[in-house]
Amino acid sequence: MRVLFRNCFSIRIKPLPMQRLEGLSKLSGAERYLDDEPLEGSLKGCLWGMTVRSPISRGTIKRIVYGAGFDWSTFVVVEPADIPGPNETYLIENDQPVLAPGYVRHMHEAVALIAHEDRNLLRRAVSSVRVEVEAEPPVLDFRVAPHADQIQRGSDNLIKKLQIKKGDVHAAFANAFKIVEGEYETGAQEHVYIENNAMSAWIENGANGDVVVVRGSMQCPYYVLNALKHALKRDETRVRVIQAPTGGGFGGKEDYPSTIALHAALLAMKARRPVKIIYDRSEDMAATTKRHPSLVRHKTAVDKNGKLLAQQIEVILDGGAYVTLSPVVLSRGIIHAAGPYTCENVLIEGKAVLTNSVPYGAFRGFGAPQTIFACERHMDRIARALGLDPIEVRRINLLKDGQTTSTQQTISGGTDRHALLNETLRVSEYDKHKHESEAFNKTHPYLRRGIGIATVLHGAGFTGNGEVYLNSKVDVGANPDGKIEVLAASTEMGQGTNTVFTKIAADAAGYDTADVLVCVPDTFRVPNSGPTVASRTVMVVGKLVERAIDDLAVQLGQNGKPLRGPSLKKAITAWHAKNPGKELKGRATYTPPPNVKFDDKHYVGDAYATFAWGACVAHVEVDLRTAAVRVLDFTAMQDIGKVINPVLAKGQVQGGVVQAIGWALTEEFKFKDGGMLNNTLTNYIIPTSDDVPPIRVVFHENPYPFGGGGAKGVGELPMDGPAPAILNAVAHATGADARAIPLTPEHLLPLL
Amino acid sequence: MGFAISQSSMNDQAPQPSAGRNGTLAIRFTLNGREVAIAVDPTERLLDTLRYRLNLPGSKEGCGEGECGACTVIIDDLPANSCLVPTFQVRGCNVRTIESIPPSSLQPMLESGATQCGACTPGVVVTANWIKEHSGVLASHTMRALMAGNLCRCTGYDGIIDGLENWIGTPRGGRP
Ligand code: FES
Ligand code: FES
Repeated sequence: MRVLFRNCFSIRIKPLPMQRLEGLSKLSGAERYLDDEPLEGSLKGCLWGMTVRSPISRGTIKRIVYGAGFDWSTFVVVEPADIPGPNETYLIENDQPVLAPGYVRHMHEAVALIAHEDRNLLRRAVSSVRVEVEAEPPVLDFRVAPHADQIQRGSDNLIKKLQIKKGDVHAAFANAFKIVEGEYETGAQEHVYIENNAMSAWIENGANGDVVVVRGSMQCPYYVLNALKHALKRDETRVRVIQAPTGGGFGGKEDYPSTIALHAALLAMKARRPVKIIYDRSEDMAATTKRHPSLVRHKTAVDKNGKLLAQQIEVILDGGAYVTLSPVVLSRGIIHAAGPYTCENVLIEGKAVLTNSVPYGAFRGFGAPQTIFACERHMDRIARALGLDPIEVRRINLLKDGQTTSTQQTISGGTDRHALLNETLRVSEYDKHKHESEAFNKTHPYLRRGIGIATVLHGAGFTGNGEVYLNSKVDVGANPDGKIEVLAASTEMGQGTNTVFTKIAADAAGYDTADVLVCVPDTFRVPNSGPTVASRTVMVVGKLVERAIDDLAVQLGQNGKPLRGPSLKKAITAWHAKNPGKELKGRATYTPPPNVKFDDKHYVGDAYATFAWGACVAHVEVDLRTAAVRVLDFTAMQDIGKVINPVLAKGQVQGGVVQAIGWALTEEFKFKDGGMLNNTLTNYIIPTSDDVPPIRVVFHENPYPFGGGGAKGVGELPMDGPAPAILNAVAHATGADARAIPLTPEHLLPLL
Repeated sequence: MGFAISQSSMNDQAPQPSAGRNGTLAIRFTLNGREVAIAVDPTERLLDTLRYRLNLPGSKEGCGEGECGACTVIIDDLPANSCLVPTFQVRGCNVRTIESIPPSSLQPMLESGATQCGACTPGVVVTANWIKEHSGVLASHTMRALMAGNLCRCTGYDGIIDGLENWIGTPRGGRP
């Protein structure tokens, strides 16, 4: 097989890794996503559901006029009055309504729901509905202070304000050799999971009365469950959430599926028939969450060697029209804002502000790519201001074990970040490309080549005490045939949960992977293992899988001595022979690694149990005639603890890098009245195979003892470095001091 | 003003057969080696006919406007976006979908990590299979150029390109 590791620290993988469990079914087109399913079984007699949306960004709804020419008695229509419980989508602040209650705060906000069995007729009917809104002044630019008539929250539209303080930046500024300042901006980004949002709902009989069942494309079944419980006023015995095969998420199916699930459930409850809601691409792009746009300002004191003496950083995020996840995106953003560097004096102030745009939400990296973009562009600009090599400026500041981050977390774990950087330079042929580019630029009439770097970190798992509050649980069922079944709420959405959990469980139990099952997340069957987000699945939930197996192995062993392999299997079958019809389970609940402490009031302490580390190098070519940037070569080095499955892990890195290349260069949002104007794949440009080079991936393996199988998080780290590395390379190639992304030709041209 | 998000009439999906209505067209074509005879509305998309009427939901809708390639099928030996093809236009044609490709042949794509979430995958495989059957085109075009009509948001394309190289059996170019 192909050697995936570039032999960084002499690792070679010999045997073929376990193959993606559902891989052949996906490749052959046999996998059934929700829209592929026939209207049979639970979906027999299914209606199609659609959403009536706000035509403007802010105002009072005067009337909803259902168009003439339709027999509305044959349609099911749901308005806010049909919601049994509070008209709130349960999340951090519950400020987002399920359906706009007479007042809209963003374009395309859901106002009413309509269902019918004829999908074509339904589309025409929904198009006929007119929502009359008396407009009020919207806030459309998060960077400028709102006028009095734009205030919609508190006295200043602030969603959240956070601060990190270490040492005394002001004293350091007074004595600095040099102060370097800069302002950096990043745009919104759409997830473009290729399977659009899809949700179904139906009513079943249960022990305590009827049960509302929701099944669909989602990342976080228990978020959906909590949202249903809250707005439908039901307990968890009367709502049930099941994940359907999910065609990509990237954070986009973290919180918004709760809204769609409520919509499908409300229609199904009113109709007393099953309902399917399938978004098409334009609706999905217009109505669902995006990556938060950001503005980050850096003011940095340095000595003559480029050593960081003080970092003052201001982070502003556009939160959109509702709070949703913005406070925690901001939190992660500010914690990553100072980069993987040591500095004794740091002041980071962050705020997320309300605007009348679609609510911004989770997207791979969750605030960190935005602040790391600013930090890594700024590091290069510091080097330039001092006439130093950008590599040297990083070398002298990179955190060493024993040093502290901005939250005063002492770094440990034994990863040598200097060695990691050196290896990245070697693998990427940095020096060769640098010199060749400089020679090339002297001779070519209109092409310019350059090379750029970024060094990054990413905290895996929930921020601060988040994992403690989540209190995640995993069960492992032991079946009468001796097989074990992982019962966890973590979803497979392409990133490989099923395959990796199978491997982790098999290794922990001493089993063959064929004797391990992974249950489809279903809130009637699996405990709450927390959401499938934050690069936490393998590291945090994977560890719980191991511990649940240990629990089972100890239950069946003698005197606390765990059983493994064939003896475990034998003991399970023997137990069932003695206890026919009974359930045998191992259980585990999250406990934090020892000595991890965070003060979430003052933002001091261990913001994450551990960090994953990375470095990347981009080699680019700029066409001076068109201002188009092409990435010629890209190297991503990642320290993600132990690599459980090299093919899957490499795929995560390559996919993340390419998504970041799109964010950096082409994925530009056009807004009109706070709504997405280019909500089609024709006008919102994501990279094709021909736009990107092969991505070189290098793993540095340093097992993390508190992660499942020794792993740290991998999902988000690859998103952090590419954008600044590319812009640094463009600066090297052309001298253009670009500080905003996406760096489309239109934006680059004036800088050339 | 009325407002519904679906802006394109091409997005009008037609799960219900419209045979018998005035203006439907009776057509025949070959689908995965078998003769099919149906009556179609002139506006019906081939993608919907396949997915909702002929029980072949392997072809996916990613965009409905010819950008993503998730709906790729082969019509008379050429790849086409079935979301852009009115079904009546395949009258007399030979249509092949993902369902015509034997799963057992796909091992190289599996091993390389060509699929993650799988939503783009059937379209990717149909295009890749076409390239494999017409590998002469590789003399004038790179695999990356030939695959550029199939958007994938998960893999970053390396898994797909590597898998296709393995599938065709060409020596790997470039990366060690
Ligand atoms: S669905 Fe046909 S090209 Fe996207
Ligand atoms: S595998 Fe998910 S879009 Fe290609």
